[in-house]
Formats: sequence, structure tokens, C-alpha cells
Amino acid sequence: MSEPEPLIVARDLGRTFPMGEEDLRVLRGVSFRIDRGEYVAILGPSGSGKSTLMYLIGCLDTPTEGTLELAGTDVATLTDAELAALRNEVIGFVFQAFNLLPRTTALENVALPLRYAGVSPRERRKRAKEALERVGLGARLDHPPERMSGGERQRVAIARAIVTRPSLLLCDEPTGNLDQRAGREITALFERLNAEDGVTVVLVTHDPLIARRARRNLRVVDGEILYDGPPLDGLPTPAVVEPSASVPPAA
Amino acid sequence: MLEYIRSALSALLANKVRAALTMLGVVIGVLAVTLLVGVGDGARLYIEHTLEGIGANLLFVTPGRRETRGSMAGPRGGNVTRPMTMEDVRALERQGTLIREVTGATQGGGTIKYKDRRRDTLVFGVGAAFPDLRNMHVGVGSFVRQEDVDARRRVAVLGRTVVRELFGDENPLGKSIRIGEARYRVSGIMEEKGASLGMDLDDMVFIPVTSALDLFGTDALGSIMTAAKNKDDVPAAMAEVDDILARRRHGEREVTVQSQDDLLATFGQLTNAMTWMLLAIASISLVVGGIGIMNIMLVSVRERTREIGVRRALGATRSDILWQFLVESMALSVLGGLIGLALGMAIAFAVRHAAPDVPLAVSPWIAMVALSSAVVVGVISGVVPARRAAKLDPVEALRYE
Repeated sequence: MSEPEPLIVARDLGRTFPMGEEDLRVLRGVSFRIDRGEYVAILGPSGSGKSTLMYLIGCLDTPTEGTLELAGTDVATLTDAELAALRNEVIGFVFQAFNLLPRTTALENVALPLRYAGVSPRERRKRAKEALERVGLGARLDHPPERMSGGERQRVAIARAIVTRPSLLLCDEPTGNLDQRAGREITALFERLNAEDGVTVVLVTHDPLIARRARRNLRVVDGEILYDGPPLDGLPTPAVVEPSASVPPAA
Repeated sequence: MLEYIRSALSALLANKVRAALTMLGVVIGVLAVTLLVGVGDGARLYIEHTLEGIGANLLFVTPGRRETRGSMAGPRGGNVTRPMTMEDVRALERQGTLIREVTGATQGGGTIKYKDRRRDTLVFGVGAAFPDLRNMHVGVGSFVRQEDVDARRRVAVLGRTVVRELFGDENPLGKSIRIGEARYRVSGIMEEKGASLGMDLDDMVFIPVTSALDLFGTDALGSIMTAAKNKDDVPAAMAEVDDILARRRHGEREVTVQSQDDLLATFGQLTNAMTWMLLAIASISLVVGGIGIMNIMLVSVRERTREIGVRRALGATRSDILWQFLVESMALSVLGGLIGLALGMAIAFAVRHAAPDVPLAVSPWIAMVALSSAVVVGVISGVVPARRAAKLDPVEALRYE
């Protein structure tokens, strides 16, 4: 394999929300680097700041401190429209609640990001079909999501996430609403996309079973990264390990 | 843009009942605009048509001076220092070069009696030139003749309504009637004329103007009617009439000369004012319709908060979201407008067939006004909700339950 290429570089990332008199510091001093092709799980109890971190990585929110580089671009320098384009091209989102648009077909849902990318309707159909085939739903193109099982819905959502061929799949508790079996299928799908297509996968989860299948875990507690390294056996993971030294020095 | 329209339509289809109810406000608004403006427009066309029928190049002289072109009703009496008399009529006949015939006219109420029947009607004293000038012609017998005027003869020409009321099936020609206490011989019957501007033109009696002056006990004419020889000469003819009458008044300009165009302009002002007033009333219902749309769009933005967050995550810009909701509210109002317009035209069509007398006209400009006001309503009532949707923070929108 060639030299690892950084996809996400966070330096001293912080996010503070103004809350009446006092400010609420949800994230502070977060630094890490995720290379292309990695498979990372971000873990942490609720309220730890892991969701905020995910929204920052997903360019839906902007940091109040530090810098975040995504695919070589400092996101703080981008306008709203440029951020939207970045989300569209570089990132594919997968949510816990699927967030498919009701009363439309699977195909239309999957084609939606391509519309914002300015792709022609014909080409959209073709690529949405391919994406659905990739997740194993090639036979259910015209089904509305309401008539699908949870696992199927999440697979439609994954097809929607990969349809723009993004570098990064950013998943927020993707198995949170699924039963064990469907959860395992979805996890396997992520692994396949990671291994076969080279998509970088970043999952936010508090499911230790899923975290253990990732090749790297980031553990967030109280707004700080307390662990960064390979998944640890033994549940729960109590260890507080030194953050890894994988962050490159600021240029 | 096509994309926005397509997704707006599918969003509306997803909630048909709500969309239909929301549209109803605009439907009613546009229907009101179409019909009320149609009534105003119809009235204008009707009046124009009627005034054009009163006689070409007609000049209408009334006592008293008014500088502005105003209402038909002059200040009778008022600042009149010298009445118009038959002498003035003769002066115009002698000296006028740009005018054709002249007739003095005076009118008043009178009770017509035949045997034991009576009818209160309008008695119109006119000269022989009247039928030609006013385009009202005798049907049977003869109209008032010049010698009748000169000899102050007591002959009467009856309108159809008067004939019907007094004579029934009897032939009135040559019969003797009473107007007031004086006896008149019926010399003719007018053609059926119908109603015009709210006046039954068949419910009147014509007698020689000189006899009418005797009847009313005065020398003062109510008006003098004449006509310019050519359409192009109307302004010059008006000036000539004014000059001739002023010379007879030691240079005092004490009369008002109006042309048919003046009357048209006067009524045009009137009907325009009416049309605008009706339009104003109708636009109130459009405003209400617009408020309905805004209300529903605000609800819709709230309900679809999470969808907005998802779309933003998938790459929609703020302006994508803005346009999505703006187009949706425009689609609501334009569809409502089209339905309202179609209903309005259907009703106008039905009315025209059921009651041809009711002035109701749906012209292309109403369609334009109605549709463009629907678009305006859609934009205005869509702006606030669409801006609210576009301004949503994507993270908060995604977390919204």
C-alpha cells in the first residue's frame, strides 16, 4: 500500500455553545487524524460530545476553536454553499433513524443527493440503481421505505450515502434502531464497502460489539479524547490510554 | 427550476387534503377578483356601448358654466344668470357652420291620462331634429315636426311602455290624451328602445319643445342638442356653439358644451373607480388566502424540520431549501389561481347564457391580473416560511423530533 493519505485532520478542536450566563464547552482540545481507507468507531457515553464531534466532521457544524481539515481543506475557510458541496461530494451520512423521505420510492431517496450535485435525471436513475444493487436491494427500487424492514431501510440509506461516491461514510448509531441480525448485516456491509471500495468509515456508536469490529476506536469522554487505538477486549473498556501520537505537527 | 416544481408537486400530492384546503383560500380570492372585476368591466363595456348609441358627434349644451368635465348633472339653476331659450336654438340654426341640426329640449314629469287610465311618466319636449341626433326613431306615425314646434301644436309621440300601460291592445294613433290638463293628439309611437343606464327609454312621451315650455310654464330650456357635421370637427363645433351663445350673452360664457366623448370620459371615470373598488374588495379575500398559505407553510416547515436537516446533510444549500419551500407555496397559489380563474370563467359563461342582460365580461386582462396576483400572493406568503426553513441550523434540524 502507498503512503497513507490523511482524510480528516483535527487540531485542538473545540466546540462551545453559549448557554445563558455560562458557556457550555462540549468539546475541547480534540486532535486526531484519520487516513483514507480507515475504519474507525467513535465511542462514548451519551453527552460525551461524540455527536458534536460527528457533526463537526460532517461539516454540519463549525468548530469554535482549533482547525479541521477535510480532504485537505480547512473547513473554516468555506462558505455555506461550499460546505454543502463538500458534504455532497466527500461525505455520505447514515443516521440512526434512517431519515428517508416518506412517500417516495427507494430509488428517489437514493437519487436525492445527486440532484443537489446537479446530475441529470437520467444519470441519477442509473447511479441510484447501481447504489441500490451494491447494497443488495436491486429488486426493490420502487418500494416506498414505509413498506420496508428496518434493515432494508438502513440499506437504502447507505445506498443514498454512497451514491455520490464519497470518500467518507459518516454513520451515527447506524444499528441503533435495528435488531441484532439486521445490525450484523449492516455492519458487514460497512466492512465490505470499506474493504472493497476503499471507503473510509467513521461510525459513532455506543455498541461495543460494533466498536470491536472496527480497526480503530476513538473514545470520547467529557469532551475529550481519552483513548485512541485498536479496539480493546474486555467489556467495558475502563482503560485510559495515552492518546496516540498519530496527529501530525501543525504545518 | 423544473426540479423544484416537481418536488413541490410531489410534496403537495403527499398531503392532498391539506393542499386542497389551503388552495381554497386562493381559489376563492381569484374567483372573487375574476367575477368582481368582470362585473366592473362588463358595466364599463355596457355603458360605452350605450353611450355610443346615443348618436354620433352629439353635442350637449346645458345652462351654467362648468370648467371641469364633471358629472352629467349640471348645476341647473345655480349660477345661471340667463336661461337658454328657443332664441338660442334659432341663433345656432342660423349661425352654425360646423353643426347640423339643432333642437332645444326640456323635460319634466307629467301625468298622462287616457279615458280612466293614467300614468306618471317623463315628458320630453324636443324638436324635429331629435330622432336623428339621439338615434331614437319613431316606429308608427310621425314624430314631432318642425311646424308642430313652430305652431306650438299639442301632439304627442308615445313610448312603447306608455302605449302598453294606457292603451293595451287599442291603436293609440290619432287618439286624444291629456298631459296635465291640456289635450294632446297622439301622432306617433316610438320604436322599442329598451332600458339604458337604468332608465326605461320606452317610458316617455315626446311633445314639441314649445308646447312643453308652455306646459311647464317657463321659457328656459333644459338643454340644447346638436351634432358636429364631422367627427374631426367636434372640438371646433363645440367652440363655435360656445361662441355663438356667448355673443348672445354680451360675451358672457354661461353655458357648458359637452361632447359624446366627454360623457364617455365621465362614465369611464365612474366605472373605472367602480372596477378598482371591486378589485380592492376582491384582493381582501386574496390576502386572506395568502395568510392561509403562509400559515400552512409555516406548519409544514416545522413538520419537515428533520427532512430539512437531512437534505442539508445530503448537500442541499440554504438557497436550495429556500427555493424548495418558495416554489411549493407558489405552486399552491398558482394552482389555486388557475382553479379560481377556471371557475370564474365557467360562471361568467353560464351567466352570459342564463342572463344575457347582466353585464359580466371576463377579459384576458382579468386573467392576467388574477394569475399574477396569485403568483404575488404565493411569493409573499412563501417568503417568511422559506426563509425560516433556509435559516435552520442543520444540526438542530437533524435532532428535531
